[in-house]
Amino acid sequence: MTHLMTIDPTLIDWSRAQFALTAIYHWLFVPLTLGLALIMGIMETCYYRTGKPFWKDTAIFWQRLFGVNFAIGVATGLILEFEFGTNWSNYSWFVGDIFGAPLAIEGIVAFFMESTFVAVMFFGWQKVSRGFHLAATWLTGLGATISAWWILVANAWMQNPVGCTFNPNTVRNEMTSFAEVALSPFAIHKFCHTVSSTWVVGAVFVCAVSCWYLLHRREQEMARQSIKIASIVGIAAALITMMTGDFSAVQVAEKQPMKLAAMEALYDGGEGVSLTAVAAVNPFEQPNYAKGGEAPLRIAIPKGLSLLATHTPNGFVPGVNDLLNGYTRPDGQREPSAEEKMMRGRQAITALAQYRKIKAANDNDTRLPALEAQLKRDMPFFGYGYIKDRAELVPYIPINFYAFRVMVGVGTLLMLFFLIIGHMAWRNDITRPYRWLHWAALAMLPLTYVASEAGWIVAELGRQPWAIQDMLPTVAAVSNLSAGSVATTFFIFLALFTLLLVVEVSILCRVIKNYNAHH
Amino acid sequence: MTYEFLQQYWWFIVSLLGALLVFLLFVQGANSLVFRLGQTEDEQRLVLESTGRKWEITFTTLVTFGGAFFASFPLFYSTSFGGAYWLWMIILFSFVLQAVSYEFQLKKGNLLGARTFRCFLVFNGVVGPTLLGGAVATFFNGSNFVVAKANLTELASPVISRWANGSAGLDALLDPWNLCLGVAVLFLARMLGALYIINNVDHATIRLRARQQLVAATLFFLVFFLAFFGWVLLKDGYAVDATTGAIVMEPMKYLHNYLSMPLLLVLTVVGVALLLYGVARSLLFPHYVRGIWPVGIGVVLVVLSLLLVAGLGATAYYPSNADLQSSLTLANSCSSEFTLRTMFYVSLLVPFVVAYIAYVWRVMDKK
Ligand code: HDD
Ligand code: HEM
Ligand code: HEM
Repeated sequence: MTHLMTIDPTLIDWSRAQFALTAIYHWLFVPLTLGLALIMGIMETCYYRTGKPFWKDTAIFWQRLFGVNFAIGVATGLILEFEFGTNWSNYSWFVGDIFGAPLAIEGIVAFFMESTFVAVMFFGWQKVSRGFHLAATWLTGLGATISAWWILVANAWMQNPVGCTFNPNTVRNEMTSFAEVALSPFAIHKFCHTVSSTWVVGAVFVCAVSCWYLLHRREQEMARQSIKIASIVGIAAALITMMTGDFSAVQVAEKQPMKLAAMEALYDGGEGVSLTAVAAVNPFEQPNYAKGGEAPLRIAIPKGLSLLATHTPNGFVPGVNDLLNGYTRPDGQREPSAEEKMMRGRQAITALAQYRKIKAANDNDTRLPALEAQLKRDMPFFGYGYIKDRAELVPYIPINFYAFRVMVGVGTLLMLFFLIIGHMAWRNDITRPYRWLHWAALAMLPLTYVASEAGWIVAELGRQPWAIQDMLPTVAAVSNLSAGSVATTFFIFLALFTLLLVVEVSILCRVIKNYNAHH
Repeated sequence: MTYEFLQQYWWFIVSLLGALLVFLLFVQGANSLVFRLGQTEDEQRLVLESTGRKWEITFTTLVTFGGAFFASFPLFYSTSFGGAYWLWMIILFSFVLQAVSYEFQLKKGNLLGARTFRCFLVFNGVVGPTLLGGAVATFFNGSNFVVAKANLTELASPVISRWANGSAGLDALLDPWNLCLGVAVLFLARMLGALYIINNVDHATIRLRARQQLVAATLFFLVFFLAFFGWVLLKDGYAVDATTGAIVMEPMKYLHNYLSMPLLLVLTVVGVALLLYGVARSLLFPHYVRGIWPVGIGVVLVVLSLLLVAGLGATAYYPSNADLQSSLTLANSCSSEFTLRTMFYVSLLVPFVVAYIAYVWRVMDKK
């Protein structure tokens, strides 16, 4: 009955491309939603406390921009949620027992909160009291942030699956501890880093728009006050982003060492490893890591990587080859080689197949407990059973390497930028024609978006080939579709989302140009 | 709480969300009528401003319905969404267009012009309810899929659920009974949309037009729905054999379910009665504008009872025509007991969520 066809590799590529495309688009809108929500909340609080119409106008102006952006964030998010079912259906069964719960809670708890209070925020100025409106504005932002929390719990779980065990009778992983899933350190660091990075985006956006006004000598008071607030938010957020990014790196080093090795183009590891600042990694091909050595033209900070990854200057950091060949961990335990893991993965899969066959024939067969024990022993390597060649285990190094550097580089630049613009706004008269500064603010805007997307690219490309770390590679996660169908929807999404993006930018520009808080 | 209770509880929650979603499709229904109800720019604007304040709730209910289904019955999520790929993708595209169209239609610089965005809203208003209705019909009518959990151990092709033909779900739309329910849901959405506009837009001409649309929509709805309902009662259903767990065909299974769970029969009858009462009163008394309430409650009751009949009473709620034993039942497709229980506690928050939504809208609608 079940005619099995081999999974077509181009299907996986199209499915990955489609998920990446829709996620990247979603992430163009989400950071501004989360970031502006905080800044709008602060501005409206100023209005609430001073009662000055100036603050009301300012808050309403930023809320109008928020509204345009919010709609697309919602629209693109819908697609992401359903794509788990449509494009990663095997995944949805294999881990749905754990993964579905955060998505459901997100809907029940967070999205309703937002969609209810956002309506008050937009339509309620004349209908509810000032205090109620202020509460609604903050609750909209809080709802969005809570929803980010749950989706990041889900994402963190894929990077570091915890709180579950495999059940051979249902052929899936089942949750054993909700707290372990929801409060895993990986999730907490990811949440803090991601959300603080969205505040950075919001702050840069407000600075950039305000500086556009200053360049055109318009709305100078609004621009000046907005920059004052945004620069403070920006300094704090950039600091938190850097700190939490550092914590995230420790988590990655511990749980996903291959990702870290790819981010750093570290082929051979060791103790007291230095941190690459720049190096000439060919962006267009996977380097020959097996040869060993290091990337050419490398400039490095001594012991930097050990410090970053283990928080000790002489800590051990494995490179790509260590991870493939196996190595002895600092705690004395041996990390198996790729081939060993692949073999044990296949053993797990074979044990599962036998277990199910025997169990179907006879529930009490005496061979079952032994098979179950073997499955349990080899389960940590289950996903490796689908891997055919050790090279599949290495993510594409050049993109990881450069994306990480872009994120960190821009992050450092942003800190400098916020310090300068904050200084000018609080200590100087920023409305004077400091054209270099105003232009710099405009230039920071695209850079910040690039850095923010680069962060996800590091996190997600660095995770390849795993859909779920060590448990399920993308080949085993995908739906059984024709590559043509997924390619078609890919291009529909590409066209649709690009159109929406262009329209959104055009409307935002119009709203900014026609600044007029009284409509 | 036994495992079985939790499964039924979650089927109830999912059914309730589905029923609320059908009610909230009044947004789509009214949008599909926008060019009929509003002939001038101002009139169209009034209609869209009114639905524009509620669309988020419909959208969020759709999202939550998806999330809750994923968490409680993941095998349905993977089988239906992964299999009926095109059917769901078309539904999703239409909702994406809808979500942005409200915000964009009246903004300067929207490049495409207000009319294009309104056409998007009409597109979603027609396609969304029809396809959702068609998808619900497959709960009674079956789909062409195969589920084999053992596939996970086939290294070359480990996919567990697959569609048995190459149509990726579009075959569902070739079945006349699926279409029949789809059309019924479309006209139901238009009924609700007309009633919503009558209640929320204080404009004599628009109200008059809405009443005219209400007559037509109700007639079409009743014809298509009653045909579908009669067919469901008389058709063979997919029953789970109590001793072996195998799926067997049972004549008039759904009728039997109604008779063995008389409460559901009562819900359906009360729901239909409320619906007819609300429509009749709206049509007979020009000053009566609140018909959306009895009709809305009636719709929730009817859809809820229909979905419960599809899943409870040892019935396979997502039957497979390609391989009967692949059919999904509550027991073979649900999450683990631990997850269902954890989620149960989360679901206790729902009344609070409903309460603040109701409170906020009362405050907002006061003036
Ligand atoms: C909850 C889970 C989750 C979350 C929060 C995100 N992703 Fe993701 N992402 C996945 C779950 C996922 C996935 C479903 O697991 C994919 C599809 C295939 C794969 O390997 O992972 C994936 C793939 C994927 C890829 C392609 C990697 C590849 O296949 O080579 C990129 C570039 C991104 N994502 C980017 C993002 C961005 C910009 C996000 C910010 C919103 C994001 N992801 C959030
Ligand atoms: C694959 C992962 C993701 C999925 C499945 C997803 C799902 C969704 C869905 C369904 C919506 C629409 C909600 C509505 O109806 O109101 C949405 C919007 C949104 N999402 Fe995502 N999302 C993902 C990634 C993220 C991430 C990583 C963040 C933040 C850190 C995020 C934050 C938001 C925000 C702020 C919105 C905008 C408006 C809203 O919340 O309603 N999302 N997302
Ligand atoms: C300056 C120091 C920074 C460091 C050391 C740092 C470090 C990291 C690391 C290690 C990851 C990968 C985490 C994982 O794979 O799970 C990451 C991800 C990410 N970064 Fe950064 N980052 C920095 C700055 C920034 C800035 C300035 C932004 C944006 C404005 C940003 C946005 C992101 C985002 C959105 C992600 C993906 C979400 C996540 O995985 O946490 N980061 N960062």
